[in-house]
Amino acid sequence: MARDLLRVENLSTRFFTGEGQVNAVESVNFDVREGEILGIVGESGSGKSVTALSLVDLVESPGRITAGQVWLRNPDLAEEFPEAADGSFVDLRELPNGVRRSLRGPTFSMIFQDPMSSFNPSITVGEQIAEAVEVQRRATANPRSTRSRTQGYGLASYLVDGLAPGRDYTDEASHERAVELLEQVGIPDPAERADEYPHEFSGGMLQRAMIAQALAGEPDLLVADEPTTALDVTIQAQILELLREIQTERDMSIVLITHDLGVIARMCDRVGVMYAGEIVERGTLEDVFDDPIHPYTQGLIGSIPDLDDPAPRLQPIEGNVPSLLDSEMGERCYFANRCPKAMQECLQPPGEREAGGEEHAARCVLVDREYDELDALPDNYFGSGGERG
Amino acid sequence: MSSDRALLEVEELKKHYAGNATLLDRLLGNERQSVKAVDGVTFEVERGETLGLVGESGCGKSTTGETLLALEEPTAGDVRFDGESVFEMTGDERDEFRRRAQVVFQDPFSSLDPRMTAGEVITEPLVVHDIANRAERRERAKELLERVGLSAGQIDRYPHEFSGGQRQRIGIARALALDPEFIVLDEPVSALDVSVQAQILNLLEDLQEELGLTYLFIAHDLSVVRHISDRVAVMYLGQIVERGPVDAIFEDPQHPYTEKLLESVPRADTSERGRRVDALQGDVPSPRNPPSGCRFHTRCPYAREACRTEVPDTYEAGVPGQRTACFRAVENHEYWESEPLEAGATDAADPDGEESPAEADD
Repeated sequence: MARDLLRVENLSTRFFTGEGQVNAVESVNFDVREGEILGIVGESGSGKSVTALSLVDLVESPGRITAGQVWLRNPDLAEEFPEAADGSFVDLRELPNGVRRSLRGPTFSMIFQDPMSSFNPSITVGEQIAEAVEVQRRATANPRSTRSRTQGYGLASYLVDGLAPGRDYTDEASHERAVELLEQVGIPDPAERADEYPHEFSGGMLQRAMIAQALAGEPDLLVADEPTTALDVTIQAQILELLREIQTERDMSIVLITHDLGVIARMCDRVGVMYAGEIVERGTLEDVFDDPIHPYTQGLIGSIPDLDDPAPRLQPIEGNVPSLLDSEMGERCYFANRCPKAMQECLQPPGEREAGGEEHAARCVLVDREYDELDALPDNYFGSGGERG
Repeated sequence: MSSDRALLEVEELKKHYAGNATLLDRLLGNERQSVKAVDGVTFEVERGETLGLVGESGCGKSTTGETLLALEEPTAGDVRFDGESVFEMTGDERDEFRRRAQVVFQDPFSSLDPRMTAGEVITEPLVVHDIANRAERRERAKELLERVGLSAGQIDRYPHEFSGGQRQRIGIARALALDPEFIVLDEPVSALDVSVQAQILNLLEDLQEELGLTYLFIAHDLSVVRHISDRVAVMYLGQIVERGPVDAIFEDPQHPYTEKLLESVPRADTSERGRRVDALQGDVPSPRNPPSGCRFHTRCPYAREACRTEVPDTYEAGVPGQRTACFRAVENHEYWESEPLEAGATDAADPDGEESPAEADD
């Protein structure tokens, strides 16, 4: 079995907003193995994107990782920072900021959902990729400095940019490497396309360019947050194929975040299902798709019309995705108010339970017992909380 | 009323958007380049059925929906609703059509006026058509709210107090206010999460059965289209490449585009892991300057010389009622004698992504 590259333990990320504390990610556990594609699936507001951002340490204020550890296999760093180490793993949250930042690129890289808004519209695509290459090169030369052009604001850099626009940050070698990367992600005429601006690219091509940029640092782990959601199905198929190719070629790990169970089924070895900030069920693809335990997972699968076998009637989950405001969440199974099998026991937080097999686990009392109507909660127990969506 | 005719007949409908001509163009008398969003679309919608209109972004499916409701001025072609030409209707006739045909839009967040309560949104069509008095309208709104699965008590709430799915229910209630016969559903569930999407699809099915509605269901999600439609039309670059009964289209597609489109959809099933997907290469060409001949020839794996030079007609193929715009359906067509186009050559003829077609539509 492949070694773990990353272990996430009890990770919680909260947002401290004017309306109150939002528990976006709540005690999440999972691991990512070397060379695997791990899928995280959930509906909007389930906390899947914030989980991704927490992994690469990009959670912005008012959000903050409030608890838990993200263990990364890195024997060198483990030796250098013994106080943050456990065997050959280091806890990213205990590392100094500079070190943590230097891991972005060569260790972690991320691609986002909307390629159109992820690129700077006023700089050519090639230049933006070359910049990523340059940052990596400089970081390798001097691991503690990762100054990038974007940090230079203010009058001085404005004047410098105005007087000598263009490639003042990158050099010819980085630019050549950028063209090479564009070629690797299947962009025709990469040398010419590199000099074009983002608006001259189609959505699919721009997503390829973003992947090229992410590959600039030769990352061990690529976090892909809804990489194909903005694309049409035929283009989605191309991008998924590309991701699989580069994953196999480079023996990279990918954390693939999506709302589309089909994308998960095509790409992933293992999968975690998120609901209301928690991973409610995880396991191998077969565990989760063929033998789901959590009623939410079952509901999610029942909600999707099957392309090859249209069922006469869909089985939706009643109600809406809940609010993640701490004050409104309470202490119970967060799915209980929509759950067709909610019982008295569900008024306690269920905790994660192993469900046989090496991987399969769910946050649901049904792991350990059968549903019993005698224990069922009355229909209107949660009042109008069960309102239809 | 001629009840043996289809409720809606669309014939060679075209909608071109004129591009911005520069002063220089005008001085030189250059022809303005137009975006051919819909370019000769023919289909009919039978009474009580759901016709699924499916295609990728920019293929012209939403423009088709808007134009056939006369929300957009057509460039050419005709649309007959219950035998009457929609574009020639005036006065009372037009009002009557506006009452009988309704639309539900994609985005429940931008299609409801944030300053109107749910009740006002739903009764606005009644006000416009001057139907019933204030009290009766309010009663009607309450009835409709319950009908779409909300509670009558929510009548005085504002859109921001509702979730996406609930707002879409309000949009549906508004469309139902005038007892229409025909509703254009323009991507009604694509902004919703899957669990909520299933609720709305079930609601739409119930309403259709109860009220005998006819739907034109516009969507890009093939699984949803398969689920809800009786017949399907597949669009590519402003034209319908294939249409027919839903099972025939999904199980025995006759057009290579339909075939490839179906192949690209990831199935939510464990067998998906091992499935070999031969993805369609390249991007959709620009509708400003569509490829010659068959518009799909630049990406088609079966393209031959004939496809580049000749525009395909629609041909019967597969089951009765299934029609495809591909030469491969014709046994003795010269297509079979002509030279296959090299994949590389077609790529060069189509520098993909020169203009994202997404901006033309949706």
